[in-house]
Amino acid sequence: MLPIIEFDGLTVSLGGREILHGLSGALRGKAIGLLGPNGAGKSTFINTLLGFHKPSKGTVRVHGRDVCNEAMAVRRTIGYMPENEAFIAGMSGVRFVRYMAELAGLPPEEALERTHEAFFYVGLGEARYRKLGTYSLGMKQLAKLAQAIAHGPNLLLLDEPTNGLDPPARLRMLQLIREIRDTPGMNLVLSSHLLHDVEECCDEVLILNDGCIAALCNLEEERKANRKFLELETTGDENAFAEAAERMGCECALFSRGRMKIVLPHEIELRQIYQLASEKGVQIRRMNHRRDSLEDIFLRAMEEPMTARSAQAR
Amino acid sequence: MAVYKRTYRRYDGPLTPQWSRFLVLTRYSLYTLFDSRPFTAFVVLSAIPLLLSGVLIYLSHSPMARTLLQLPGPIIKIDPKFFRQVLLNQGWLAFLMTAWAGPGLVAPDLANQALPLYLSRPFSRAEYVLGKMGVLFLLLSAITWLPVLLLFGLQAGLEAGWFKENYWIMGSIFLAGMLWISVISLLSLAISAWVRWRMVASAFLFGIFFVGAAFANMINGILNTSWGHLLNLGHLIFGVIWPKLFRVAVDAAGANPHARRPHLPPGMVALAPLPIPLWQACMVVVVACAVCLLLLNRRLRAREVVRG
Repeated sequence: MLPIIEFDGLTVSLGGREILHGLSGALRGKAIGLLGPNGAGKSTFINTLLGFHKPSKGTVRVHGRDVCNEAMAVRRTIGYMPENEAFIAGMSGVRFVRYMAELAGLPPEEALERTHEAFFYVGLGEARYRKLGTYSLGMKQLAKLAQAIAHGPNLLLLDEPTNGLDPPARLRMLQLIREIRDTPGMNLVLSSHLLHDVEECCDEVLILNDGCIAALCNLEEERKANRKFLELETTGDENAFAEAAERMGCECALFSRGRMKIVLPHEIELRQIYQLASEKGVQIRRMNHRRDSLEDIFLRAMEEPMTARSAQAR
Repeated sequence: MAVYKRTYRRYDGPLTPQWSRFLVLTRYSLYTLFDSRPFTAFVVLSAIPLLLSGVLIYLSHSPMARTLLQLPGPIIKIDPKFFRQVLLNQGWLAFLMTAWAGPGLVAPDLANQALPLYLSRPFSRAEYVLGKMGVLFLLLSAITWLPVLLLFGLQAGLEAGWFKENYWIMGSIFLAGMLWISVISLLSLAISAWVRWRMVASAFLFGIFFVGAAFANMINGILNTSWGHLLNLGHLIFGVIWPKLFRVAVDAAGANPHARRPHLPPGMVALAPLPIPLWQACMVVVVACAVCLLLLNRRLRAREVVRG
C-alpha cells in the first residue's frame, strides 16, 4: 500500500535554526496522530506538508507526490484546519466557507451546496448566516473544520482541533473526526497535545521530540503487543520479592514506601505473583492491573531516542 | 428549507480552471468593497467629471445645442491635451479610490492570519497578489482609461476624419491609464501588507506622493537642479511620461521652476536645469514597482519565520 505521507531525510531549517533533523519514515494509518511537547516540530512538520516551508534537505511526499515539486497537486487533496484563529474579516460563516471552497476549485454552485452541507454536518447549520466575528470559540473551531472539509479533500490536516473547547464541544469534535476518519478513502493527521484525543481517534502515531522522531508506531499493534503492567503497594521485604519476580522473568521498578511497578511477560499469570508474595511474606495492599497506554508510549518515547521499534514501523 | 446531507462526502466533481482562481478573490473583494454605501457612492460620483467631459465634446460638435444654451463658438478644442487632462482628473480620483480601498485589501488577511487558509489550497502567492491587484485594476480602469476611451469614441463618432489623424491617442490613453493604475495599486498593496491600520496606510500613500513632491521641490530649490523630481513619482508620471505618451509639450516639463532666477545680476544667465529624461523617469517607476513587489514577497507568507 502506498504510504499516505512519506519522508526521507527531511530536514527543515527556519531562521537559520534546524527545526526538523533528518526525519525518515512512512505513515500509512487512516488517522495519524502527531504528538510531541511544545517546540518538538509538529507545526513545522504540518507546514512542510502544506508546502509552507521548504525542506533544506530530504524529501516529503503526500499520496506519492513530492510536496515541493507538485505543491498544487498535493494541496488539491488536502484540507487544513489551522491551530490559531484564521478568518476573513467581516464575512458570514456561509460566505467564508463558500469562498474557501471556490478557492479550492469548486464551481460556485457546488461550493455553495457543499458549504451548507458542511455547516449542517459540523452542527452549525442554524448559525451559518451569522458573521464569523459573533461566533464563540467552539463555533469558530467548527467553522474552521467546515472550511477544511467543504471542498471534499482526501487528507485532512487538523492542528489542535479541540483547543479551547468545553467538554461537550470537545466530544462532538472528536466524534466528527472519527466519522470523517471512517469515510472510505479518507485519511487524517491530527496534531494534538492531548494524548486522549489522539488515542481516541488515531490508529498510528508519530511522536516528535526536539525535531527528531521519538516514536513512530501503529497504535493498534502496540496495544495488542504491549505488556501488562502491575502497579503494587506492598509491605514487607519488597526487595526480596522484586528479586524473585525478576528471576521469574518480570521487570521490576521499586519506588519509595513499598510501591513498585512490575511488567508481566505473557506467560506469567497474576496468580503466580500472589503465590510469590505469599512465599516471601509480602502483603499486597493495593494492586492496579493495566495495559500499556499511549501515555506510557509517549513517556517512554520522551525518555529514549528513536528505537528499533520505530524503524520496524517503517 | 433544503435538506442537506449530514455525512462527509469527498468531492470528485469538476473543478474550475487553475488560471481563473485568482478571479474568485477579486470577485469576493469587490463584493466586500461594494457592501459599503459610501464607497459605492464615491464610485458613482467619480463618473460625474466624465459625464461633463462627454457633454463638452457633444457641445463642441453641436451648434444647435450651443445656440440653445447661448454659448459662443466651439467651447473647447478636443485634442490630445484634452484627453490627457480628462485622464489626469480621473487619475487623481483613482488615487483617492486607491487610498480608500487599497489598505483594506491585504492588511485584514494578515491581521486575521488568513494567509494559511488561502495558501493551503491550490493557490499561490502570485495568484493572491494578482487577485488583490485585480480588484484595483477593475475599479480604477472603470473610472480612468475605459471611460476616457469611450469619450474618444464619442469624439471620433462626432467628427468625421478626426479618428484617422488621432487614432494613436487610444494607445496613449490605455498605456497612461495602466501605468498609473499599476503604480498606485502596487504601492497601496505593499503598504497594506506592512501597515496594519487602515488610516495610517492611507496616510502613507498620500505621504509617498505629497511629501515626496515637497521633498523633491526642496532638493531642486536648494541644489538648483531637477534631479529632485526623481523622488516625485507623481511628477515623473504626469509631468514626464504622460506628456510623451500624449505628444504634448508641458511648460518646462521636468524642469525646475524655482531655478529661474529673475533676480540675477544683468549679464548672468541662469542655466535652467535640464528636464528629467524619459528613460530615467521610466527607470524610477520600474524600480518603485519592483520594490513594492519585493515588499509584498517578503510579507505575504503563510507562516512568518522569526530569525535569530
